[in-house]
Amino acid sequence: MASSTQVAHGGATFRTNLATRRLKGALFVALGLAAVGIGLLTLLTLIIDVVVDAVPWLSWDFITSYPSRFAEESGIRAGLLGTVWLMALTILIALPLGVLSAVYLEEYAGDNRFTRFVQVNIANLAGVPSIVYGLLGLQIFVRMMRLERSLLAGALTMALLILPIIIVASREAIRAVPSSFRDASLALGATKWQTVRNHVLPYAFPGILTGNILAASRAIGETAPLLVIGALAYVATSPSGPLSRFTVLPIQIYNWTSLPQQDFHGLAAAGIVVLLAVLLTMNSIAIYLRQRLSRRY
Amino acid sequence: MRSSLFVGKWLFLMIVSSMILVACGGGTTTTTTSPGGDSGSTGATATTGVAGQTGTQPTVATGGGDTHPTAAGTTAEATEGGATGGVPANLGELSGNIEIDGSSTVLPISEAAAGEFKNAGAQNVNVTVASSGTGGGFERFCNGEIEISDASRPIRAEEIQTCQQNNVEFIELPVALDGVAVVTDPDTQFLECLTVDELKKIWEPDAEGNITTWNQVRPSFPEEEIALFGPGTQSGTFDYFTDEVVGEEGASRADYTASEDDNVLVQGVSGTQNSLGYFGYAYFEENREQLKLLGVNDGKSGCVQPTAETVNNGTYPLSRPLFIYVSKEAAQRAEVKAFVNFYLSREFTPTVNEVGYVAMTDPQYQAIQQRFQRNETGTELAEGKEFSLDLYTGKSR
Repeated sequence: MASSTQVAHGGATFRTNLATRRLKGALFVALGLAAVGIGLLTLLTLIIDVVVDAVPWLSWDFITSYPSRFAEESGIRAGLLGTVWLMALTILIALPLGVLSAVYLEEYAGDNRFTRFVQVNIANLAGVPSIVYGLLGLQIFVRMMRLERSLLAGALTMALLILPIIIVASREAIRAVPSSFRDASLALGATKWQTVRNHVLPYAFPGILTGNILAASRAIGETAPLLVIGALAYVATSPSGPLSRFTVLPIQIYNWTSLPQQDFHGLAAAGIVVLLAVLLTMNSIAIYLRQRLSRRY
Repeated sequence: MRSSLFVGKWLFLMIVSSMILVACGGGTTTTTTSPGGDSGSTGATATTGVAGQTGTQPTVATGGGDTHPTAAGTTAEATEGGATGGVPANLGELSGNIEIDGSSTVLPISEAAAGEFKNAGAQNVNVTVASSGTGGGFERFCNGEIEISDASRPIRAEEIQTCQQNNVEFIELPVALDGVAVVTDPDTQFLECLTVDELKKIWEPDAEGNITTWNQVRPSFPEEEIALFGPGTQSGTFDYFTDEVVGEEGASRADYTASEDDNVLVQGVSGTQNSLGYFGYAYFEENREQLKLLGVNDGKSGCVQPTAETVNNGTYPLSRPLFIYVSKEAAQRAEVKAFVNFYLSREFTPTVNEVGYVAMTDPQYQAIQQRFQRNETGTELAEGKEFSLDLYTGKSR
């Protein structure tokens, strides 16, 4: 305080308090760094803890075997294939639906009461607990549409679950396309559809893809809705089509952690590593695609 | 700009092709409903074949195999030569799907049975197990959706009603016993044994906020705070314990540390002095060094600790039966018949001990197997009737 200089300005005097202000700034930076550090440290501890438990159990046999009551012979194959199938089907269903909805809402729908109603509802749906989607899926897909407890029923439920996230993210991406693009295209005589197809969508695609991958990353770790749908705890065959019964990685992992035998806890850790690997693979594909695409503009 | 759309197509193709690749590992999903009745009882040839195959499995000693004299082991010789019955020699010719759902407590047994059944030669029978909980399993079972329901408690009156409405007849079969262990931290010296009344005093709803120190339970105990750990209300163990100890299912104090994950309870009890907790015996077995097992006294046989023997003969007060319920209609199918017979056969039942539960004796399993073969439907435990294995074995002739 003592060092603060007095500045006369337009007759009034005030303290610059430079030292205090700089101190506050530094404090903020430190705080921010600490916050980042806590997040990173927790993540690092978790990953190290899991990997240490998992290393003795990770092997090619673990990937290719079905679960067994002997920890040594147990594997993740059914869960891994179930997850891959489920994710692929989910994205296949949710991506077109989500992107089409977003395009309609951003490019075509007028700003009326109906649109606003839809928008509010989509935002709310994104916050609905996942188990509710499970119950909905059980009633509609499993019972009414008689899809049984199949991969397809699971994928449709998961698609519902992530649809709001996809729509919101895709709309953000479409909104970020400069309106000069549209104006230029329209001015050259292109129709609305041509403009959307040739300019808006390609430009927004990297953003849409990011939103989709984020949504899929949420879905991959979900267990609650799938348990309701009736995903299995034990299955010793691979899914052979969209109507097969299935299990997924998180359910298999949960199943193992709840067993009393320590060996199965190690298997669960190995399962988590596999799940992380699948997640990372998915994310890397998305990053690769995004960079390839955004280089063009 | 056109090329970006090309990439979109490429992405689509990639997803599709990955699914096709994955599909290549596809299993058999053929559903053949074989005419029933051909898989009756075949004798020793099937037995030796099966035993030979299971014998090649590396046996992981996880259960109480050597610490307790397992009931199944000691009586095996006595019944040598008695037909194990029911498991046909031609398991490989059977095919079809068997769906099991229900209690997560019974899951490890059914999962093991499914795996061993395949190992024993039933390559084309697809047994799947889900775990929607006992209630969830009965809901699907009485809806006619599944062949077998796993249950950690007997079927309830309203569930029987649903079954009747849908014309689902069931065969009730006890498959294993489970002891509920009452445990504390190894450093808690004064605790050795509690009576059922004392347990009730600690756990009943009225105890909430009132019974907080050990000297309130028994005057000779020190005035130390009680730290309680137990399963959450969704757990079958919770239902059983409250029913058996407090006298009313679901009636419990609520001010205790609850978790649906028994491994969390183990960690809680073992890290807290003067603690008390209860959970399935297998979780004590696997964490022996970290826990102290307490005896329970119901005023009849003195202070009894749970062992394979005391759980089996019923002297340990907190032992409960685990069931499978088989649909009578499904039981006419050859593959279901073979699977259930295998489940109750001497080839499989020792596995019950390995996955952490208590097997019954061979003669008991044989009697239960006969109950199945006679298609004896209905429950023996209508409305609060006390469980006793005699109900299933004594009545059989």
